[in-house]
Amino acid sequence: MSDSQVVGAPGIAAKRERRAGQRRAILYIALIAVGLVAPFLAYPVFLMKILCFALFACAFNLLLGYAGLLSFGHAAFLASGGYVTGYLLASYPGLTPELGVLAGTLAATLLGCLFGVLSIRRQGIYFAMVTLALAQLMFFVFIQAPFTGGEDGLHGVPRGELFGLISLQSNLAMYYFVFAVFLLGFALIQRTVHSPFGQVLKAIRENEPRAVSLGYNVDAYKLLAFVLSAGLAGLAGATKTVVFQLASLTDAHWHMSGEVILMTLLGGVGTLLGPLAGASLVVSLQHLLAQSPLGNWVSVILGAIFVLCVMSFRSGIVGELATLYRKNFK
Amino acid sequence: MTMIFGVPMAVFMGQLTLGLVNGAFYALLSLGLAVIFGLLKIVNFAHGAQYMLGAFAALLAFNILGINYWLALVLVPLTVGGLSMLIERFLLRRIAHLDHLYGLLLTFGLALIFEGTLINWFGVSGARYATPEILQGGLNLGFMFLPTYRAWVLVAALAMCLFTWFMIERTRLGAYLRAGTENSQLMQAFGVNVPLLITLTYGFGVGLAAFAGVLAAPLYPVSPTMGSSLLIVVFAVVVIGGMGSILGAILTGLGMGVIEGLTKVYYPEAANTVIFLVMILVLMLRPAGLFGKEA
Repeated sequence: MSDSQVVGAPGIAAKRERRAGQRRAILYIALIAVGLVAPFLAYPVFLMKILCFALFACAFNLLLGYAGLLSFGHAAFLASGGYVTGYLLASYPGLTPELGVLAGTLAATLLGCLFGVLSIRRQGIYFAMVTLALAQLMFFVFIQAPFTGGEDGLHGVPRGELFGLISLQSNLAMYYFVFAVFLLGFALIQRTVHSPFGQVLKAIRENEPRAVSLGYNVDAYKLLAFVLSAGLAGLAGATKTVVFQLASLTDAHWHMSGEVILMTLLGGVGTLLGPLAGASLVVSLQHLLAQSPLGNWVSVILGAIFVLCVMSFRSGIVGELATLYRKNFK
Repeated sequence: MTMIFGVPMAVFMGQLTLGLVNGAFYALLSLGLAVIFGLLKIVNFAHGAQYMLGAFAALLAFNILGINYWLALVLVPLTVGGLSMLIERFLLRRIAHLDHLYGLLLTFGLALIFEGTLINWFGVSGARYATPEILQGGLNLGFMFLPTYRAWVLVAALAMCLFTWFMIERTRLGAYLRAGTENSQLMQAFGVNVPLLITLTYGFGVGLAAFAGVLAAPLYPVSPTMGSSLLIVVFAVVVIGGMGSILGAILTGLGMGVIEGLTKVYYPEAANTVIFLVMILVLMLRPAGLFGKEA
């Protein structure tokens, strides 16, 4: 983003870099503060929905934005995380929610390993088609498997008590748990993106043959990115199941894979905060539309936003804002 | 009664033809995808929706204008293909210089719009389209009963596939198309109107999907969601076969249909998933696809 180094003036560049870092820190602190007071200003369940989808979109963005891989099958990870957590929490009453969420995340991570090994064998649009087909396979598995409740899904998953101590029945307590999970996931993604690993991912995205010629094991990097992304998507799904106390086929449907792409695209592909903005916007829009006479037109409107984004808004909200900021304040 | 691997011959042959008919649709659709991909380098995610539009166009043309099946079989692909050229001209062309994934996303958005609009119009349940009188009933082949319409679908789809093959491999326009697939910039330098060629190609590919839609109308309930689930299977078929060759697409399509049909006989639980499982197998053993060229 801010790699516009002034040639021959390393001191100024370093100062600029430092100042950008400070500004970023202030932004993050402000956002965390907003997150902390938000449940007193808005309906917590709605906010939790946003946070779950934001984490899902952030996980997806890690793959698309930083590794350049367009997965059309991320619904499978969201759903597998949700189903495993839901099943475990519903059948073992002694299990605490954090362990349930952990198990769901682990399941999605394992599934991510499997899908990743298969799908990174093809590139570009084939990668998208393979992930879509694999996710559809999982959709049918979820319909037929004995532990998913088939068409009905899992209902009445208990929220339980966090660490066996704090009851999550109240929406406020639940909200702070979800907020903590989101921050954890976001921090991990932030760390990954700015690590040497993340830099190599970007190099692969920009020019894969060159990364290969530099001696990087490109497939291993891609696979790790895929698994990380899948695991975090599973974490989002698992958390979502605890919040809404249900896991259903909606999460596994390919529409869901499309929605997460839209959230990321709308917010800004390859920006850290874009998916958060995109998810907030899409979830709010769905919420608003569901109550309006346009309720039946949600998917048409989402489709139209898709077309609009691709045609003339490709860097997304955060991307456009960043450009605006760079143009006017630097 | 004759048995084949513990299944009555009639059941076996019935599922085999069903599989072949499904396979014919896979072949037609993956062929259209391959033609479009060859020149535009994008995967047309709206392909399923355009197949669905073909079926609906036939239905509406019959109900409102009284256009019969045979006329629809000609007019609908021309109309849907023609209208889709507008999509290429005014949307896809503007993003052609970008990463080809944007084309996929754009057509995905279009698919959502088409599907959602028709759901609002007709609901999800779907309507029936009467089989034309001449093709009603069936033929008794002695060892099985073959519904005439299924036989017709098979013949028509294969004829269309062969026609496409002939167009691309044996005509001047097809030669342009193949050359454009190899190197469109050089083609342009030679004075061929490549943008026009691209528009026509997209229209033709979509026309194939609409043709399949009209063929499918009397066979399956005509519903707004009939295309999307089919398209995902077709994607798997494309991954299995690779988009390198036309005959490869046809063979893979038919083969996958047969495998699916036979799975219905012997292990019905896996009938929905068997093509995806084959795809996994192919990815492990021959990642480029059975007929694929690129690594």
